[in-house]
Order: sequence, then C-alpha cells, then structure tokens
Amino acid sequence: MSINSTVLAVIALSALVTVIPRILPFLLVRNLRLPDAVMKWLSFVPVCILTALVIENLLMQEESRLAIDWPILLILLPTAIIAYKYRSLSMTVVSGVLLMAIYRYIV
Amino acid sequence: MLTDSVGRSDSLTFVQGFRDCLPTLFGYISVGIAFGIVGTASNLSILEITLLSASVYAGAAQFAICALLLTGSPLSAIVFSAFIINLRNFLLSAALAPHFTKESFLHNIGVGVLMTDESFGVAATKLKQTGSLSAHWMHGLNLTAYLFWNVSCILGAVSGQWISDPEAWGLDFALPAMFLGLLFLQLEHVPSAKWKLYATLIICMIAAMLGLSLLFPTHVAVILATVIVASLGVVLDK
Repeated sequence: MSINSTVLAVIALSALVTVIPRILPFLLVRNLRLPDAVMKWLSFVPVCILTALVIENLLMQEESRLAIDWPILLILLPTAIIAYKYRSLSMTVVSGVLLMAIYRYIV
Repeated sequence: MLTDSVGRSDSLTFVQGFRDCLPTLFGYISVGIAFGIVGTASNLSILEITLLSASVYAGAAQFAICALLLTGSPLSAIVFSAFIINLRNFLLSAALAPHFTKESFLHNIGVGVLMTDESFGVAATKLKQTGSLSAHWMHGLNLTAYLFWNVSCILGAVSGQWISDPEAWGLDFALPAMFLGLLFLQLEHVPSAKWKLYATLIICMIAAMLGLSLLFPTHVAVILATVIVASLGVVLDK
C-alpha cells in the first residue's frame, strides 16, 4: 500500500472541482423559482445529454483527427434492438457486453 | 430473470431507490472493474485507486486522470481536465434540483454529491413515471450505486495483476450500452404528440456532436451540443 503525494493532490483537487458542479444547482434553486421556459429547457436535457453520451462513446479523437469507433457502432445496432424490445437496462448492458466480447474474440 | 427496467411502483422510499438501482448495477460493476484494471496498469496502487473512485466518483474523469498521470501531465492540467469532463454534472443537477426544493438543505447536498449520469437517467425516468422524486428514494439509488462502484473498482485493481486487457472482455462496451438503454427508457415516456419533436432533437444532437467534436474535445462537445439543442427544443415546442 503506497501513496504518492502528487497523486494525492491530484485526487483531492479533482474531487473538489467535481463536487462543485454537482451540488451548486441544488444550492441555487432552493432560493429562486425558475421561469417556465427554463423548466421546459431542463426537461429536454435528459434526452439530449443521453444521446450526446452515446455518440461520445462512438467517437475517437486522435491528434485533432476525428474517427468513428466502428466496432462500437457495429455492436451498438443490435444492442439498440434489444434495448427497444426488452426495455430493460440490465438486459441491454449484459447482452451488449457479451456481444462485444464475442466480437473481440472472433476479430 | 434479471430485474425489469426502472420499477413502476409509485412509492419513493429508500428501499425502492435501492430496487430501482439494481438494473444499472451490471454497468457500474463492468466499468468499475475495467477502471481498476486500467488504474493498476497506470501504476496506481490499490489505495490510490480506492481513494480516486471514492472521492472523485466519476468514471470518465477517473480514466482521464489515470491517462494524464501516466504521461506525466502537470497537476493543473489534470485537475482542469477533470473539471471540464465533469462540468456536465451541472446540467444533470440543474435538471433534478427543482424537484427537491421542499427537502432539507442537507438532503439536497447529499443528493447532489452522488449525482452520476446513470442515477440521473434513472431519476429522470422515475420523474416521467411518477411526476415527483424524494430525497430518500434518491439516497437509496445513489448509495447503492456508490457502494457497488467502489467495490468494483477495488476488485478491478486487485484483479489487474492477472487481467491486463478489460476490452477483450467487452467491458468497455458497458458504458455506451448503459447510456443507450437509459435513452430508450426516456423515449418510452414521450407522449405521441411530441414524437416528431424528440426525433428532430435527437437528429440535431447527432449532427451537433459530430460537428462540435471536430472543433472541441468530445466532453466539451457534450455540454455545448446539449445546451444548444435543448434551447432549440424550447423554440420548436409549441
């Protein structure tokens, strides 16, 4: 068991800058009522950000070049069918990981 | 049979929060183990990996921190990267915070501290189903996720001495699969009158992500694309 002082500083400061955006909205919203337009805007955030996170996982940035991670895209398609058909998170993740493991074993 | 999607029960108790977390656990476990393995491969000790996952508690940022430590990046650059990568949590917390204004100050802090993409996704689905959220339900959801994440990271760190390549096991696919599953759960609750609007927004999101990723790091593109397209949604929604 060892710990490096630089690593410890990185961990402590990264934790601090991570927790601030997490709790700040909770502190702000308690003291003001948000206008309807803002509430409507926030209601679109889930679908938008989840789409963004799926796409982010498909992209590879290498030295200012943008590339698509084809194996991920290839396995994402059958996984999408499973997600649509079964509407179950665990089913989606387990079958997705299995499909990817099989793909990597074959290729 | 594995547990169903997010529970249909209307009760918002701590135990129900725990139950609603179960469908996401395989994702946390897969990614946590993968992180532990990568951490070990990046020359971090088990203690450092444990501290990192327990205090930063954010998958993508933890991977980035490992990669940057390995290349000997300066402290300021690593912390700034962690900040930018996790800035999207501001949007997640902002979207949920209005539903906790009746809860105490401490409950609000507690809910915010453990916010993740996945717990947000489950909470947003719950909100669409029941119309409200409670701090106790959210704590049940968050603490279960937090416990499993940390145990998985430590397990990965320990097993990293024997397994070197988490990708060969398909573990890297757990994250995109989880986000895809959460996206489908969100769309399930879109009223039919708004299907066209949501389809438009998703197509715009894909285009915005591809375009913005040419100019910015992808984690910045995530924030910018969401801000732009959610605004477009307000304009288009009559």
